[in-house]
Amino acid sequence: MTIIEPRKHGSAADGRVGGRLSRFEGELKITGNATYALEYPVENVAHAVLVQSTIAAGRVVSVDASKALAAPGVLLVLTPEDDLGLMTAADWFGNRPENQPFHPLPKVVRYNGESIVAVIAESREQAGEAAKLIRITYEEAPAVADMDDPKASEGKLLDAMTVEWGDAEKALAASPVRIEAEYRTPREYHVAMEPHGLTAGWDGEQLTVWEPSQWTHGMARNYAEWFGIPLDNVRIVSPFIGGGFGSKGVALPYGAVAVAAAKKLGRPVRLAVTRPQNFTSYGGRAATRQTISLGASKDGVLLAIVHRGASETSVYMDYPEQTGAATPILYKVENFSSQSRVVPVNAVTPGALRGPGKNPSAYGIESAIEELAYKLAMDPLELRLKNYADHDYQSGKPWSTRRLREALTEGAEAFGWARRSHEPRSMRDGKSLIGWGIGCGTFPVIRAPSSAMIRVLKNGRVEVVSGAIDMGQGTYTILAQTAAEALGVSIEQVDVVLGDSRLPGSAIAGGSMLAGSITGAVHKTANAAREEIIGLALNDPNSPFRDTGANTLVVSEGRISVASGDGPSMTLPELLSVLGRDELEVTRNTLPDDAQSASDRMNAWTSMGRVQGPTMGDTSMHSWCAHFVEVRVDEDFGTVRVSRMVSAFDCGRLYNPKMVESQWRGGIIMGIGQALLEEGLVDPRNARTINNNVGDYLVPTNSDIPDIQVISVGVPDYEASALGGKGVGEVGIVGVAPAIANAVFHATGKRVRDLPITLEKLM
Amino acid sequence: MRDFSYTRATTIEDARQAALQAGSAILAGGTTLLDLAKCGVNEPDELIDISHIRGLDGISVGESEASIGALAKMSAVADHPLILKVYPAVAQSLSLAASQQLRNMATIGGNLLQRTRCPYFRDPATFSACNKREPGSGCSALGGVTRNHAVLGTSESCIATYPGDLAVALVAFDAVVDLGSRSVPVEEFFLEPGDRPERETVIAPGEVIIGISIPASAAARNSTYLKVRDRQSYEFAAASVAVGLELEADGRIVKDVRIALGGVATKPWRARAVEQALVGKALTEEVILSAARLSMEGAVAHGGNHYKIELAPRVVARALRTLGGLA
Ligand SMILES: Cc1cc2nc3c(=O)[nH]c(=O)nc-3n(C[C@H](O)[C@H](O)[C@H](O)COP(=O)(O)OP(=O)(O)OC[C@H]3O[C@@H](n4cnc5c(N)ncnc54)[C@H](O)[C@@H]3O)c2cc1C
Ligand code: SF4
Repeated sequence: MTIIEPRKHGSAADGRVGGRLSRFEGELKITGNATYALEYPVENVAHAVLVQSTIAAGRVVSVDASKALAAPGVLLVLTPEDDLGLMTAADWFGNRPENQPFHPLPKVVRYNGESIVAVIAESREQAGEAAKLIRITYEEAPAVADMDDPKASEGKLLDAMTVEWGDAEKALAASPVRIEAEYRTPREYHVAMEPHGLTAGWDGEQLTVWEPSQWTHGMARNYAEWFGIPLDNVRIVSPFIGGGFGSKGVALPYGAVAVAAAKKLGRPVRLAVTRPQNFTSYGGRAATRQTISLGASKDGVLLAIVHRGASETSVYMDYPEQTGAATPILYKVENFSSQSRVVPVNAVTPGALRGPGKNPSAYGIESAIEELAYKLAMDPLELRLKNYADHDYQSGKPWSTRRLREALTEGAEAFGWARRSHEPRSMRDGKSLIGWGIGCGTFPVIRAPSSAMIRVLKNGRVEVVSGAIDMGQGTYTILAQTAAEALGVSIEQVDVVLGDSRLPGSAIAGGSMLAGSITGAVHKTANAAREEIIGLALNDPNSPFRDTGANTLVVSEGRISVASGDGPSMTLPELLSVLGRDELEVTRNTLPDDAQSASDRMNAWTSMGRVQGPTMGDTSMHSWCAHFVEVRVDEDFGTVRVSRMVSAFDCGRLYNPKMVESQWRGGIIMGIGQALLEEGLVDPRNARTINNNVGDYLVPTNSDIPDIQVISVGVPDYEASALGGKGVGEVGIVGVAPAIANAVFHATGKRVRDLPITLEKLM
Repeated sequence: MRDFSYTRATTIEDARQAALQAGSAILAGGTTLLDLAKCGVNEPDELIDISHIRGLDGISVGESEASIGALAKMSAVADHPLILKVYPAVAQSLSLAASQQLRNMATIGGNLLQRTRCPYFRDPATFSACNKREPGSGCSALGGVTRNHAVLGTSESCIATYPGDLAVALVAFDAVVDLGSRSVPVEEFFLEPGDRPERETVIAPGEVIIGISIPASAAARNSTYLKVRDRQSYEFAAASVAVGLELEADGRIVKDVRIALGGVATKPWRARAVEQALVGKALTEEVILSAARLSMEGAVAHGGNHYKIELAPRVVARALRTLGGLA
């Protein structure tokens, strides 16, 4: 358990919700004092190394482990022949198949890079060297390398994702102005700085797993169900996470392997997934393709949108990357049709990567809308404002808050959009063609309950405690601010304890839902704690406030006093001491009153069962943004550099603008990588992603990133969350890639419809 | 676990003796060697660390030539004021290479001997066929993903690109590798793959690079290294060029020009046909364009790398324009 103590910067207002308090754990991280999962000091630990398949499909005929077993230090080799006795765990929604065994080291190979064997030795080096001695004999089967493989199918139509209103085909056919184009995105990967891995140890029937986790309670349930032990017997410890971006939400097969090995050996096991293995241990963003047809009147009124999308999935699970997710809600349109397919290929099942669905979807619709603008000879900003969606045409509901118009106009103002010349190739500086583009983004407000505990201690400290996590978004920091403000104590008094499944449960740090959820829970808990303190002070026979005749008291800067200013005033520890108490502990959750049973709670903290989508209430709730980009494209070489960026956001109220701006900028930087660099290169012959390392899978460097000006145009949205914020973590990446593609078109007159925009596409 | 021995050489003679052993490898900055050890490509039994040999890291720039010791760090050479002044293309080829951290570790000798980034070469566990690693085993790159493979100097056995930058500048300016007992022009030091892609240089067992020398020339003094790539920094070249230019006293006619290409060939590639087409001519846009096109004489594309045939002449032309004052 790690207690993070605040350090104060700036003014006292920084300690309240909305203040620009610096990151609580920042100093620990930059001084190397934050302990990550693979560094956890554990006695007598053994080391596991995975051996992955080098074929795309087939069957493991045999594993010759004799040389590996004879190698120095080797303790154990696990192969598909070993029945680890595991059972399949519940899915995200808590559904669990009956009596279905789970084999984390399978006999049937479904993708290149699937883990087949694990070698466990006294040291990591010994395990790694022995792993090279493993000989696997396969019987190969035909494979589908990717969605462009001639053997790939057209894909399965997912009816649940079909969205229709009006008569889009007919309205399109009748539209005087039409565009149609196909947009494609490649496989993209999380490449978090901290690779996957874990340290796991058993103490009798008690299992402790140190593993970076976006969801400690959810992961604990995965392990409990795999190993058939009570949930309470599993403890996931994850105080620090070196980046997740969606890849660390659930326990993965290698985790089961390490825990099973620890059980067999009767000693702790550490398993570090190598960087190349990271590319297949959890799926990145699926490759997508989508065709978008837009119909409009001659003066630019959007009349129809027809969208047909497809994304890659694995051969063993349907995971849609929803290219139709943003399409229906960005613009006002009376006729709409969207259909989505998944194309099974021999790859690991894709996963959620920052802005899932919305991200490639926005690339499609936001590219198409600019294509339409050029067809109409209309300013792309004007076209967007002209077709501004006054309500959500998909659900028919009003927006809770939607300040996208302000984002567009204030962003345009800050960027200087009015100075733009419309024609492509009309702005240049020597050999640099200069282009400007816009891309809008959106991400739904997803709501979920959470719980928290607050402890007021005799030593003057206040602890905020939750199983929620902080992977850099600022959870530690904003919870201290929330508790300090609601309780009436100074921020210096607050400690925050997070990242442990033994602590009160919370929503997943995913879908941009955690901040809104957990601040709500902490706010509620802190208010309850303050009420309880005041109640005790008024009613306890030992309390000096009992005789003041006051019917309430105030708590401010850690002191409790009578509102009028007359009478006693004391610090909270002084009060605890006159009351004869060591501490005061209050736990609350934000589940409905009729869902407070033990099973309701367990379900809420370990599944998506209580998660509410953006239109489950009376309104439609989303975060919004508009990105304005300037690119410089070398006329001869086709190299693209982003030279200036302004992005305006409506994310409601910002709990800590400093943290939020860093989230936005981080998303934008990933978006620049997506637009210009990132692409999993798949060898068509064996379906292997061959640039599976950070030397070859390129993400932006500092010199690829210009100054990024971010602007908040949001207003508090108390339907979206208790404290008025909407999600900030993912919306930042959404719309960046089309803004860049649009700017590249404006610069060069070339429309690149498949990411990334590498130089040969512009030469 | 794989055991290997580690010896710290104190003299060049020590290093030579040790390097005669089969299975031995010289360790300098280690940024290539350790990387390849981790990939399972290079698994020496014996490491001979030369980084502590004294007097091998000198940089001296004289009237007629510059001498750089094999152990000089990339960053030290890149930042050396006289190298910057007298051989700007050499300094730039280094400062545009790798990252600052790597440049602080890596040596000039090791830099020359860095190995290809061909992903098939670097993944022996998956791709057993690689003639460079395992002579006669075949070439996995043919028919695979080849965006960064070479278009010049390739053979049926191997199409791997020589990835380094420094050697390109050195080849342009007729630099010489000092191997102690003999000296070899850098251009001849590197070999085309032919049917023996495992042999990349003429270096023989027991030979150690002592240093390099670069003759002074007016062309070297007026030179530039232009490196084109998708990522602004920390990426190998899609195409690069070292160009040095000397004009006649009239300031118009080309007296001497040196051009070498990187990122497109199996070895650092001197573009003599381009040079010959320029000498004696006034630098005009037409002259530059038609000469630059000659840089791709004999180029062969394999799938995804065809863009290099278009790109490289444009890079050559840009560098010539810049030096010739036409930009
Ligand atoms: C991520 C990454 C990006 C890079 N990007 C670039 C780039 O953009 N451009 C570029 O040019 N380079 C780049 N490099 C390569 C880098 O420049 C080389 O790794 C470095 O220069 C090698 O020098 P070293 O001293 O570390 O060599 P070592 O790794 O120590 O040695 C390399 C090889 O040379 C041999 N050797 C070393 N010294 C001698 C000697 N004196 N005599 C005989 N043999 C010797 C060794 O045995 C070994 O085979 C990059 C490297 C990495 C890892
Ligand atoms: S191109 Fe050369 S290095 Fe690459 S796989 Fe073929 S033989 Fe090996």
